[in-house]
Amino acid sequence: MTATDTPTGESAVVARGLGKTFGSGARAVLALTDVDLEVAPGEFVSLLGPSGCGKSTLLRLVADLEQPTGGELSVFGKTARQARLDQDYGFAFQQAGLLPWRSVAANIALPLQLHGASRTERKERVAELASLVGLEDFTRSHPDQLSGGMQQRVAIARALAEKPRLLLMDEPFGALDEMTRERLQGELARIAAESGTAVVFVTHSIPEAVFLSDRVVVMSPRPGRITGVVATGIGREVARDDVLREDPRFHAKVTEVRETLHGRAAASAGREAR
Amino acid sequence: MSGAASTTSPRTTRALTVGGRVLAPVVVGLVGLAVWQLLVGVVGVSAYLLPSPSEIVEEFRANTDAIFEAARTTGGNALIGLVTGGLLGIVLAGLAAATRVVDSMLAPVVAALAVVPIVALAPVLNTMFGADAETGRRTIAAVAAFVPVFLNTLRGLRQTTPLQRELLATHAASAWQTFRVLTLPAGAPYVLTGFRVAGSLAVISALVAEYFGGPRGGLGAYISTSAATSAYARAWAYVGAAIVLGLAVYVVTAGLEWLVSRRLPATT
Repeated sequence: MTATDTPTGESAVVARGLGKTFGSGARAVLALTDVDLEVAPGEFVSLLGPSGCGKSTLLRLVADLEQPTGGELSVFGKTARQARLDQDYGFAFQQAGLLPWRSVAANIALPLQLHGASRTERKERVAELASLVGLEDFTRSHPDQLSGGMQQRVAIARALAEKPRLLLMDEPFGALDEMTRERLQGELARIAAESGTAVVFVTHSIPEAVFLSDRVVVMSPRPGRITGVVATGIGREVARDDVLREDPRFHAKVTEVRETLHGRAAASAGREAR
Repeated sequence: MSGAASTTSPRTTRALTVGGRVLAPVVVGLVGLAVWQLLVGVVGVSAYLLPSPSEIVEEFRANTDAIFEAARTTGGNALIGLVTGGLLGIVLAGLAAATRVVDSMLAPVVAALAVVPIVALAPVLNTMFGADAETGRRTIAAVAAFVPVFLNTLRGLRQTTPLQRELLATHAASAWQTFRVLTLPAGAPYVLTGFRVAGSLAVISALVAEYFGGPRGGLGAYISTSAATSAYARAWAYVGAAIVLGLAVYVVTAGLEWLVSRRLPATT
């Protein structure tokens, strides 16, 4: 990598007083205001909140898909733009966003192809990633032959193709059925633990956020801001499986996050946050 | 693989469908020709109204060289028109897709071109380029081909979704890379569809343009002279050649379209 890389202790994401306003004048919409957030390397952080709380906007600012209108933001000590150009992160959208004319293998290989990896390198890495997401037998299929859950796995494999130190995920399981969703949550937790990548995960599901994360960042709308942070206390070494879902401590954390979501939102904004 | 017995039945059905798809129209054609021959020979329809198929075949045999030469002239004009009009359509569609101003400038022009009967320009163009030049006919074929290629290419270039473009942005793809891995493969089938439509139009336009003066030598020119000199069977022979030419261009362009839409999914 480059000389700008500093030791591994450097934060994956640092936001200070970050804000985003869409439009200007009378029509301006304050999407996000005064966000302070730090994500450590290898940490799994969920952004949780109702629609319009700015969680997706925050993620898109980190990904350099939107430009902030206030505050400071750095990704691995660089600007968001530089981090994007250096491919420090992988991004998974709510929809898989696969290219329909490409096979599963070619979809996974897209980032590698864009950055000039040789054919043999690509082939090896695709085989690795396909087995990581459990799609070894489908590399030659095309997206329209896959279920929604399988398509989302392809998208995750693609986001991981270049071994990013940061994975940004925008409600990647939002369009899936509950059973597929739970299975993919378990797989994502395993993949994140194995690869040691930091994850910023946007969701509006409280159990999902608690199940996956080291910390849950609770946000509220009008204007979008952070209203609380809950550390789950569930270590990386704890297996994300059905045992955990039944654990009373897990339920206690779900309750704590729910109270943070409703209680403080009502207190600070003076009204219910739905 | 599991023995002859299991493979016979699907093979037979496939043979049947191929037979049905190829044989059925051939049979219809042959029956039609027989009825035609019968009408002229037995019932006695006058030869100037409808020459018999055998007479037409006779004329075709007697004038094979002239017919091929004529088909080459008309086909050449159509092809030159198709290529220039098509390339122009692709380039302008690219500009229109890239810049809004160009798009709004071109939209009314293309709409006008699409509704104006281009062939009506033939006499004017023949005067413009001189009566002994093929340029007028080629221009007409080019204008006729331009419209469908332009419209389809523009549509093809707009097939990418915001999600796909953002995906490429998150992977820091350059503008050229985005075009190569996203815009081009998403749009290519549309471009080829445009060429399939344009191919037939170019042939028809090049042919009909010959009815309005200009140099002798094309299929259209021979059809009109033969008919004018009461050589009806010969006129029909040239019409037959024109149909074959149109079909040939259609088969080639449709084949290209099929090839691209089939090969594209496999690109790595």
